[in-house]
Order: sequence, then C-alpha cells, then structure tokens
Amino acid sequence: MSTAPLATGFLSVTGVLFRRELKSYFATPVAFVFTFIFLFLAGIFTFYLGGFFERGQADLQPFFAYHPYLYLFLIPAIAMRLWSEERKSGTIELLLTLPVSMSAAVLGKFLAAWCFTAIVLACTFPIWITVNVLGSPDNGVIVASYLGSLLMAGTFLAIGACVSALTKNQVIAFVVSVVVCFLFIVAGLPVVLGFFEGWVSQDVLDIIAMSSFLTHYEALVRGVVDVRNVLYFLSLMAFWLVAGAVAIDTKKAA
Amino acid sequence: MTAKIEIRDLSKHFGDLKAVDGISFAVEQGEVLGFLGPNGAGKSTTMKMVTGFLPPTAGAISVCGHDMLADPLPAKRLIGYLPEGAPAYPDMTPAEFLDFVAGARGFRGAARQACVDQAVDRVNLDEVLHQRIETLSKGFKRRVGLAQAILHDPPVLILDEPTDGLDPNQKHEVRELIRGMAAGKVIILSTHILEEVAAVCTRAIIIDRGHVVLDETPAALAARGRLDDVFREVTSRDTRAGASA
Ligand SMILES: Nc1ncnc2c1ncn2[C@@H]1O[C@H](COP(=O)(O)OP(=O)(O)OP(=O)(O)O)[C@@H](O)[C@H]1O
Ligand SMILES: [Mg+2]
Repeated sequence: MSTAPLATGFLSVTGVLFRRELKSYFATPVAFVFTFIFLFLAGIFTFYLGGFFERGQADLQPFFAYHPYLYLFLIPAIAMRLWSEERKSGTIELLLTLPVSMSAAVLGKFLAAWCFTAIVLACTFPIWITVNVLGSPDNGVIVASYLGSLLMAGTFLAIGACVSALTKNQVIAFVVSVVVCFLFIVAGLPVVLGFFEGWVSQDVLDIIAMSSFLTHYEALVRGVVDVRNVLYFLSLMAFWLVAGAVAIDTKKAA
Repeated sequence: MTAKIEIRDLSKHFGDLKAVDGISFAVEQGEVLGFLGPNGAGKSTTMKMVTGFLPPTAGAISVCGHDMLADPLPAKRLIGYLPEGAPAYPDMTPAEFLDFVAGARGFRGAARQACVDQAVDRVNLDEVLHQRIETLSKGFKRRVGLAQAILHDPPVLILDEPTDGLDPNQKHEVRELIRGMAAGKVIILSTHILEEVAAVCTRAIIIDRGHVVLDETPAALAARGRLDDVFREVTSRDTRAGASA
C-alpha cells in the first residue's frame, strides 16, 4: 500500500483521539442541552441568588461564586460516559488494541472533555461584556476567575473520568462522582472545619482545609493567581488521571 | 519480514475459571487458521490476549518477533483485529469511524484517505458510508468492523466470527476476501460454521475448555468423518462445568 511515513508520535495519536472525542459531543444533542442548562443555571444563580444588579458593583463575584455547585452536578454528567460507555459497548477493546498507549487514550479523552467545558464556559462571555458596559470591573480579576473555574472544572472531570473507569453503569458513575466532588468542595466549608475543630490537631485541620477546592478556587476568584493554587488543581488532575489509567487497566476485561 | 505468530503456554484464569488453560501454537505466513469450539471454550479470550487487550495469567505471545507483553505498540501495529460483536462508535458514520481508525494507526493526508477508500471498496460499504453506525443493520456493522481491521493491510489478521450475521452473498464475498489476502498474511479466525473451515482455512484448531483438543488440516479433519460428528466427539457438552472443575 502506501509508503508514506506513519505519524505514530504520542502527541499525534493523542490528537486523533482528542478530535474524535470532541466531535462526539457535537454529534448528539449533548453539547446543545448541556450548554443551554449551564447558561440557564448560571444565569439564575448570578441574577437571582447572587443579586448581580442589586449589589451595584461591577464585578462577576456572584457569577463565579456558584460555579463549584454548578459543576458538582454538570461535570459528572459529562464525565460519567467517558469510560463506562466504552466498556459497555465494547469499543474499549477496539480502542486498546489500536497502537495507542494508555496515556494517550486517557489524555485524549480527558482533554476533549476539558476543551468541551472550556467552550461552554466561553459561552458565558456576554456577562463579561455586560459588566464592562455597566461599569469598569477589574478585568484581571475576571481572567483569573475564569482560569480558576476552568482548572476546577478540569479537576472535577479527572475525578469523574476515574470513577467512570470503575463501572459500566453510568448512573453509578454519576452518583459516585458527585459524592467524591462534593467531599472535595465541603472540606473547606466552616461547618465541616467546625466539626473537626477541637478533636483533631491544627495541622490536620489545615490539611483538610487545604485539600478543598473552595479554598483554592476562591483565592483565584479574588484575583490572586498564586502558583500554589494553580499547582494544586494541576496536581490533583494528574493524580486522578493516573488513577483512572490504573483503573482502566485493571477493569477493562470485566 | 515474514509474518508469524507464536503463542506459548497461554493461560487466562477468571477467578476459579480457567477460560484458557495452556494453549500453544505457531502460525506461519500464508496460513489461515480456523478456531473452532463450543460456546465458552476460550476462543475469544485467546484472541483478546493475542491482540494485547487482555493480559494473560501466564504464557508468551510473539507477533512477527515482537513480544506483545513486553512491548505492545509495535506488535499492535502489525495486527488487524475484528473483536467479537464488531464494536464501533454508534454516533459516528462508517466514513468518520474508518477515518478515525486510520488516523490512530498513524496515516495522514492522502494516505489516510486512500486506505479508507480501499477498505470501503473491499467490503462494499459505499451505500451506507454516511449513515450513523447505530442505524446500520447487523451485517453492515460487521462489515464496518472488517473494514477497520483490514484498512492498514496488516501482516496479521485476527477475526472473531467475521461472517456472523452476514447474508449468504456477503459470507461468500468475505470468504473470497480472506482467501485473496491469505498469501501475504497470518490469519486467525473463529467460527461456528464448520463448513467455513473447509472453505477458507488451511488449518483448524478445535478448542475445548481452554485446551487445544485437535490441530490439523481441514482435509485430515474431513477424513475423520462428518464435521459435526467429529466436533461433538472431541468437545464436551457442558463447557463451564468442565472448565471450573
Ligand atoms: N471478563 C470475564 N470474566 C469472567 N469470565 C469470563 C470473562 N470473559 C470470558 N469469561 C469466561 O471465559 C470463558 C471463555 O469465554 P470466551 O468468550 O473466550 O468463549 P468463546 O470460545 O469465544 O465462546 P463463543 O463461541 O460463545 O464466542 C467463558 O466461560 C466465559 O464466561
Ligand atoms: Mg467468542
């Protein structure tokens, strides 16, 4: 047949998987429904619960404050199908017998899902324009907030992808992901910290508070782009992606 | 490079069940090996290990000199595989799906299109090329799976029940296709149609409870009497009970 050289490099193969995955969101109504619901809920949270206009301040604080709770349900809904669907339909056998490394498969799928959430998040740009029309917000803070939101979404996705690799049942994958993500959110809430206060040492208390999404996310939303906050999300993502790869390897046959 | 597959003492245990229990054989270029055996004998499990999907409990697999367990990617490049049930992404069209597989196998640009076109042509997929796979009939789904397996003209072809669900015309065409490709390749296929062995295979292996119970040419097999009778004689009725005993 052809004698053209084959493009078998890691990035090249990951790119092929990435494009297939990303297209699959738009092949079904998933992309449309998801974007619509995200924008709708983000709107409700921002304008009704957050009191966007009543506050009389030109910033997006009320908009970003609710993202952790939006993601809590919406991201596991995206992530639940990542691997469970492949396992259930048997396409995982096809995928993993192609000359594709496990890391390329895991990364290609994850990056496509992350890119999809970035597209959805980008669809909220009218609200950014709105605050700029109404007043003069600190756009640096808004950029940092978008970055924080995207990093948090990626971390939720990595958790969801790992959980999805553990079961063929998408409902179970959804529920378990929500619970795990919920734990990562509430770890930073005063109620939870108050619960632990007194009977664990201050160090342990700090670790619990430190491990929360909220602590790191809120720092970014305030405009503090500290490397540690970014690294926190990136290292959590890496951890869950590796755990996901191990889960796929051990569970693929069952 | 001549194509060759070598399997030594291959075993796969699922808990107490010995699905594959010490299978060894070698297949040379030009051979078409037919895998026969009752339901649950271990045919698909063996193929899943040879193609690098399932890690064996024990044993060694060499594909054209590449060790599948130690260094899977070079070995996987040489194999075309039709998994049992011909899985494919339901929301893609055959054109998109084959393009994806060609891309994942490293083809780019004109070469990518050329190998897709050739595969489409060989299994007669033109009429459904732009219809979503989930809406295809069973036979067409199987043909999509076949096209995907042969698209990179691999030296090793592993086909799990390639003619299952095909109409008589298509069965004939697929057998012709396999026969036509055989000279330069190693081909292993599994089937429940005993006549298919006589029609396309140069060698037959009957597996029962994870063991090879018979390994000869179709001619030698035919000399033993009616194929159905031979099959019944060498295999057991209750595979699962036997294997876990
Ligand atoms: N993931 C698994 N977990 C547990 N048991 C399994 C698993 N996969 C296969 N088995 C068992 O291994 C045995 C061999 O199965 P296999 O699919 O290889 O049979 P087969 O020869 O391909 O049968 P058929 O002709 O029905 O396709 C069966 O008893 C099956 O139930
Ligand atoms: Mg089978």
